[in-house]
Amino acid sequence: MRIALENFTKTFGDTAVIENMNLEIASGEMLALLGPSGCGKSTTLFAVCGIHRMDGGRLLFGDKDVTSVPSQNRNVGVVFQNYALYPHMNIYENIAFPLKIRKDNKKTIDEKVQEIAELVHIPELLDRKPIQLSGGQQQRVALARALVREPDVLLLDEPLANLDAKLRLEMRSEIRRIQQKTGITAILVTHDQVEAMSMCDRIAIMDKGQIVQLSTPKDMYENPASEFVAGFMGNPPISFLDGTVDENDLRLANSSQSLPLSSNISLPNDGETLRLGIRPEHFQPNYPAKLSGKISFIETQGREVLYDVTLENGDVLRSIQSSGMPHAIGELVTWGIDPDKTLAFAANGSRL
Amino acid sequence: MTSNFKTWPVTLLLAVLSLPIVIMFAYLIVDTVTDTTAGSLIPDRFTLEHWRFLFEPPQTGRADIWAVTLNTFLFAGSTSLIVVSVSVTSGYALSRLNMPFRKFFLGGVLTLHAFPTVTLIIAIFLMLQMTGLYNTLIGVILVKTALELPFGIWIMKGFYDTVPWEIEMAGIADGADRFTVWRKLVLPQVHPGLAALGLFSFLSAWSEFILPQVLAPDGASQVLSTYMQNLIKDDRAPDFNLFKSVGLFYALPVMTIYLIFNQKLMNIYGGGTKG
Ligand SMILES: Nc1ncnc2c1ncn2[C@@H]1O[C@H](COP(=O)(O)OP(=O)(O)O)[C@@H](O)[C@H]1O
Ligand SMILES: [Mg+2]
Repeated sequence: MRIALENFTKTFGDTAVIENMNLEIASGEMLALLGPSGCGKSTTLFAVCGIHRMDGGRLLFGDKDVTSVPSQNRNVGVVFQNYALYPHMNIYENIAFPLKIRKDNKKTIDEKVQEIAELVHIPELLDRKPIQLSGGQQQRVALARALVREPDVLLLDEPLANLDAKLRLEMRSEIRRIQQKTGITAILVTHDQVEAMSMCDRIAIMDKGQIVQLSTPKDMYENPASEFVAGFMGNPPISFLDGTVDENDLRLANSSQSLPLSSNISLPNDGETLRLGIRPEHFQPNYPAKLSGKISFIETQGREVLYDVTLENGDVLRSIQSSGMPHAIGELVTWGIDPDKTLAFAANGSRL
Repeated sequence: MTSNFKTWPVTLLLAVLSLPIVIMFAYLIVDTVTDTTAGSLIPDRFTLEHWRFLFEPPQTGRADIWAVTLNTFLFAGSTSLIVVSVSVTSGYALSRLNMPFRKFFLGGVLTLHAFPTVTLIIAIFLMLQMTGLYNTLIGVILVKTALELPFGIWIMKGFYDTVPWEIEMAGIADGADRFTVWRKLVLPQVHPGLAALGLFSFLSAWSEFILPQVLAPDGASQVLSTYMQNLIKDDRAPDFNLFKSVGLFYALPVMTIYLIFNQKLMNIYGGGTKG
C-alpha cells in the first residue's frame, strides 16, 4: 500500500524535531530512512505507526487519510530494535497475540501462526520462551509477529543493530527476502548506510529532521546532493580536499599542488573556495591527475587494502586497492585522481 | 563451595552469635508444652494445658481466640488486598502516564514513605472518633492501608519502570488498547513485585500492634497482638506459658508464609530485576 506523509511536523515540547516533511513510498517498495542518531528517524516511524501523534500535516495509506486513526486500527506491523517480544508468552503466543486481539478463531490463528513461522524459518521454536532464543531467532519472531496480521505496512526500527556481524549479514538478506515474498510496503530505519544500500529500493537520507535526498542507493552514492550525503554514503568514507578555484583548476589550500576540475562541475568564480570529494576507489596509482603524499596508515581488509595518504598540506586522501602490490607506511607515493569522478561542493555544503 | 576460603570459622562465629536467639526460640516452643518452675531452666513435665485456649470457651472478660484470629486475618488480608490493588494501578500511572502533578505526587509519596507515622496517631484517633470508625476493624484497616500505601506505590512504580516502553508500543501496534496492553502485557512483568508487596503488607498488618491498640483497643475488633497484650495486662499472676502459647500461635502463620514464599519476598529488594 502506498504511504504518503504530507507536511508532517512533530514537536516535543518547544523543540520541533521534524518540520514539514514530505515523503511518498510506493506500494510494495522498501524504503530506508537513513541518518545519524537523533535526526528524527524513529520519530517519523512512530508517527507512521501512530504511536506518536502528528503535530501537523497528513498521513495517507493508499488514498485514505489515517492521520487521526488510532494506532490500533492502522494495521501496521512494527519490529523494534530490541524486538520487544512479550517475555511471559512463548513464541507461539507472541506471534498469535495480534490475531487474538483481533478475535480470530482458534483454527485460523493456528494456521496463520504455522504459516508465518514457516516463512521466517522458526517452526521448531514455537513452544520456547523468548529468553531461550538467540538474537537472530528473536528477530525472526519479531518479524513473524509483525507480519502475521498481514499488515498494510511493515515498519522496522534499527532491526539489525543488536545483532553480531555475521547474523547481521544473514538477517539483512532474510528481511529483504521476506519483504519481497510478501510484497509488503516497508520502511526501514537505520543509521548504517550499508544496510540501507543493500536492503532497500530507495533511500531517504535525513539530517536534523529534514530529508536531504531521496533516491536509489546507486544514484545516491554516485550523485549525492550535498556534502553531508556524500560523507554519509560509502564505506570506507569519501575524503575531502579544500581549495580555491583558479580558472579550471583547484589550488589546494596551504599547498603548491593543484588539481584540474571536471567540466561537469558548474564552477564558481575564480578565488572562491570549493571542496572536492574523492572516493577511495577513485584515487588510484594509474589515474591522470597526480597528487603526491606519504602513506600514513594501512588497513588490510583481506581482498582489499585501504591506504591513508597524507598530502603535504596535511589533508588526507583514502585509496582502496586490491591487495596485490604492497606498500609500506611512510612510503612516498604519487597517485592519481579521475577528475570526472570527483564531487564538488560549495562552502555551504551544496553540490556544484 | 570455594576451597580458598575456610567456612567453619565463620559458621562457628555465626552459631555463637545467634545462640541467644535460638535459645529464646527453643524455650518459646518448649515452654508452651511444659511447666517450668520459676528460676529453673529444666522443664518438669509435659502438658498441653497451655494450649487449652484454643478449644475452651474464653474466660470472662476475654475474647474468643478464633474470633480474634479471624479479625487478624481480616485486618491483614484486607490491608494487603487494598494496598496491592491501589499500588498496582497508581504505580503504573506514576511510572507511565503523563499526568499533571506527577513530580509532586512522586515527591509526596516518597516523603510519606519516610514519615514517622506514630506522630500522626493522635490526629488519626480524633478523626476516627469524629467519623465513628473508632474501635472498628474497618477504621484500623483504613488507617493501616493508608500508611502502607506510599511504600507499595513506590515499589510498584519501581517495578513498572523496569518494563521496556517498547513492549507497550508493540502491543499498541499489534492492535490492543491501552487497558489490554496493561493487563495482558505489562502486568505479567510486574507479577513478582505484586506478590512480594501483597505478602509484605499482609505480614506488616499481621504484626501491627500500635494501631489496633490505640484505635480499636477492645471487644469485637481485637486482633491477636492486642489480645496478647490483654493477657498480661494488670494481672497479678500473669500466665506466661499461656502468653507464650498464644504468641507461638500468633507467629505460626508468619513463619509459614516466610518458609513458603521467601523467594518471592526477596524480589522486592531486587526492584523487579528477575534473578
Ligand atoms: N519522547 C520524546 N520527548 C522529547 N524529545 C524526544 C522524544 N523522542 C525523541 N525526541 C528527540 O527527537 C529527536 C529525534 O529522535 P529520534 O527520532 O529518536 O532519533 P533517531 O533518528 O535516532 O531515531 C532527538 O533529538 C530526541 O532527543
Ligand atoms: Mg531511533
